[in-house]
Amino acid sequence: MIISIASGKGGTGKTTVATNLALSLGENVQLLDCDVEEPNAHLFIQPTFESTETVTTPVPQVDMEKCSLCGKCDEICQFRSIVVVGTTVLAFPELCHSCGGCMAVCPEKAITEIGRELGVIQKGWRGSLEFVHGKSRVGEAMSPPLIEKVREHISPEKLNIIDAPPGTSCPVIAAMRDTDFVLLVTEPTPFGLNDLKLAVGAVKILGIPCGLIINRSDLGDDRVKTYAEETGLPILMEIPFDRRIAEVYSRGEMLVDAIPGMREKFVELYDRITALTGGAGR
Amino acid sequence: MKEIIIISGKGGTGKTSLVSAFSSLAENAVLCDADVDAADLHLIMSPRTGETHEFRSGHSAVINPEKCTQCGLCREMCRWNAISEDFEVDSIACEGCGVCWYFCPEKAIDFPENTCGEWFISDTRFGPMVHARLGIAEENSGKLVSLVRQKARELAEEKKLDMIITDGPPGVGCPVIASIGGADAVLIVTEPTVSGKHDMERVVQLAEHFRVPAMLCVNKFDLNAEIARDIEAFGREKGVECLGHIPFDPVFTRSMVQAQTVFEYAPDTDAARNVREIWNRVLTKLQD
Ligand code: SF4
Ligand code: SF4
Repeated sequence: MIISIASGKGGTGKTTVATNLALSLGENVQLLDCDVEEPNAHLFIQPTFESTETVTTPVPQVDMEKCSLCGKCDEICQFRSIVVVGTTVLAFPELCHSCGGCMAVCPEKAITEIGRELGVIQKGWRGSLEFVHGKSRVGEAMSPPLIEKVREHISPEKLNIIDAPPGTSCPVIAAMRDTDFVLLVTEPTPFGLNDLKLAVGAVKILGIPCGLIINRSDLGDDRVKTYAEETGLPILMEIPFDRRIAEVYSRGEMLVDAIPGMREKFVELYDRITALTGGAGR
Repeated sequence: MKEIIIISGKGGTGKTSLVSAFSSLAENAVLCDADVDAADLHLIMSPRTGETHEFRSGHSAVINPEKCTQCGLCREMCRWNAISEDFEVDSIACEGCGVCWYFCPEKAIDFPENTCGEWFISDTRFGPMVHARLGIAEENSGKLVSLVRQKARELAEEKKLDMIITDGPPGVGCPVIASIGGADAVLIVTEPTVSGKHDMERVVQLAEHFRVPAMLCVNKFDLNAEIARDIEAFGREKGVECLGHIPFDPVFTRSMVQAQTVFEYAPDTDAARNVREIWNRVLTKLQD
């Protein structure tokens, strides 16, 4: 089973939920942090990393000895990442989407592919919890390919928890798609509601069942709850605002370790999710 | 004309509340919401929309079943596995690279331009505002960010306003990269948590990478004074000055619920006073 945790926008407590849920569930659990622009789960999980791998994406390299300046590569590229200028061909690897079109079209076989670094993937453990995350290179604009690479580490026989990036565009779609359940974390404020509606829209496009966690549930107003009721979105957990929680979080500690009763709450949350997905529970 | 972008590495640090507070202090500013992926500034600004424009960008493939002979070349060439066994294009997986369209021997593939969002020029009680809405699950947020910034610039010139305050997108990826290039300065809003510090470090590196001068302020600083000090120390090391602190105060949430800025809702609070100080320092910095 794969549960992805998303939130329209950052700062709602998504990572808190992902890490605490993963840590509450014991054996056979894997946490994958797909928020590769700002991976944070490791700060809380503090895994012992055992491997780091550099991830690259193929980008074209032109052999000007072979090139006849026909301009076909320039013509096929939708992203203006390869252009014929005068008597040379310029490639802009940071714009390239790695579609392979230019290489396929080149009649002179002048184009080969070389790797451009997207970031790194690190794997490690905290006790029996397996942990994987990706970290994009500073200045790297394209995160979906790195997210895909993190997702290749999903172990089908385990429970996989994915911490998705914020937003509703390509990176979060890359992280959420083909998961069994999406847990949306939100706040009961007008901003929270606005972002939640967008996130629900994205989940609907993907056709994945989803449920809601309301964080800092006593700050703000009732509009999120009303919306959830009207749209039949199950509220699976509420976490009230508590300065203790905020402080534990600020120090990078785990709620399930620091606050009595929290672990049970997260186990209960998981049981609700399995009930909703028709799973057998634990 | 000066443009300042407020960014945060991650959402939820109070960036939009701060931008809206600044907007009630600024005179002669154009507001720009560059967080096109999940725009929120309008919730406080209640803009009256004057102009709406479509945002078109990129293409996606559509297979015409009448012409398709199911030869399979497109499936073979597509690196995104976007073409199903029954030769339908999964529009979410499609990257818009056009390889299938280009190579299809039957010319059975169309490649129409996408409409992926809208952008607006509006009026608010604090001046004009440019904002946008990216369609859900759409790409090209970087392009839309560049577009709204360009429009904000044109508007500022036209109305002879000397400042642009831009609410930046979260993260350090494509939209943020598009939002900081050519800006006069970025103001990083951070909170004193282990993860807030981590995000701030990445976003400082990003500003450094693109050579945009950065400043810093710490929201909710009293949640963890020790990390707040660490954050400031990191800033000093990197030549990023901390312009001030704001205490944790639910008054920001309450004013948001009322669709007001903190200066409209609770001007006599410490929180509001601190924001004013930070704003004055921003202005001084921009004059240098
Ligand atoms: S691989 Fe695709 S995106 Fe990259 S340069 Fe070639 S045609 Fe352009
Ligand atoms: S398609 Fe090949 S031969 Fe033609 S301009 Fe590009 S690199 Fe040169």
